[in-house]
Amino acid sequence: MIQIEYILIVSAVMMFAGVFGFLTRRSTLAILLSIELMLNATDLNFAAINRLMYSGGHEGYFFTLFSIAISAAESAVAIAIMINIYRQLKDTTADKLSKLKW
Amino acid sequence: MDSYNIMFFVLAGIIVASSVLTVVTRSIMRAATFLFFALLGTAGMYFLMGYTFLGAVQTMVYAGGIIVLYVFAILLTRGVKDRISENTRKKIALSAVLSLVGFGLVGYIIFTAKLRSEVLTAPDERVMTMTRVGENMLSTDMNGYLLPFEAVSILLLACIVAGVMIARKR
Repeated sequence: MIQIEYILIVSAVMMFAGVFGFLTRRSTLAILLSIELMLNATDLNFAAINRLMYSGGHEGYFFTLFSIAISAAESAVAIAIMINIYRQLKDTTADKLSKLKW
Repeated sequence: MDSYNIMFFVLAGIIVASSVLTVVTRSIMRAATFLFFALLGTAGMYFLMGYTFLGAVQTMVYAGGIIVLYVFAILLTRGVKDRISENTRKKIALSAVLSLVGFGLVGYIIFTAKLRSEVLTAPDERVMTMTRVGENMLSTDMNGYLLPFEAVSILLLACIVAGVMIARKR
């Protein structure tokens, strides 16, 4: 039988795949893809814990709903920044973007 | 093995395989495609838990909106030709160790925390109905979410304006 905890394991795999990608990728767009993976894992966790602990309630449900909206807004702004960076510097690799530092 | 278990294993396999492939594949376009499958698998998980509205939102916003946005961004920048894993072996190995240790820790906590072990069954009427979602979203009483709803709408408006401002041609 499937316990609901197994969903938490699946989302932990997704979360730490995202952590690995965030640490090893160089292209900023690939880093953003990893961030999306991590955000998605937390959303799945909210929904699964809501269903597991308090299945008559709705707190985790609405938190997931708002979290999806906020991550959509975040990725839209991030992609606008990436396109602007590419237009000015012709490169979006993370270790080439050092203009702001000095 | 009823159909719920079979669907769970299929979805879990899709999610695990495509999220690992998202971070190890070389081409960034393939990474976006695998991310798409991971997000669709998550939507399937929501449907399996009985949260159908959440699954529909996940499919529309993530799979329909964000992935299309990413694909456009990858094609507009030179992202397709980027070699995305040119790191030193030491750094990759350290990141893998960090991720595996973190996963082991979280898995250990999940299995020893003695959570209420509820078996995943077909959703009954305890799970949110569509009417209750709408009533909660637009009410101001104890279980209402009108204020965060309005705050999110202001945030989305600000993000639209900011996106246009940042990405426009000067």
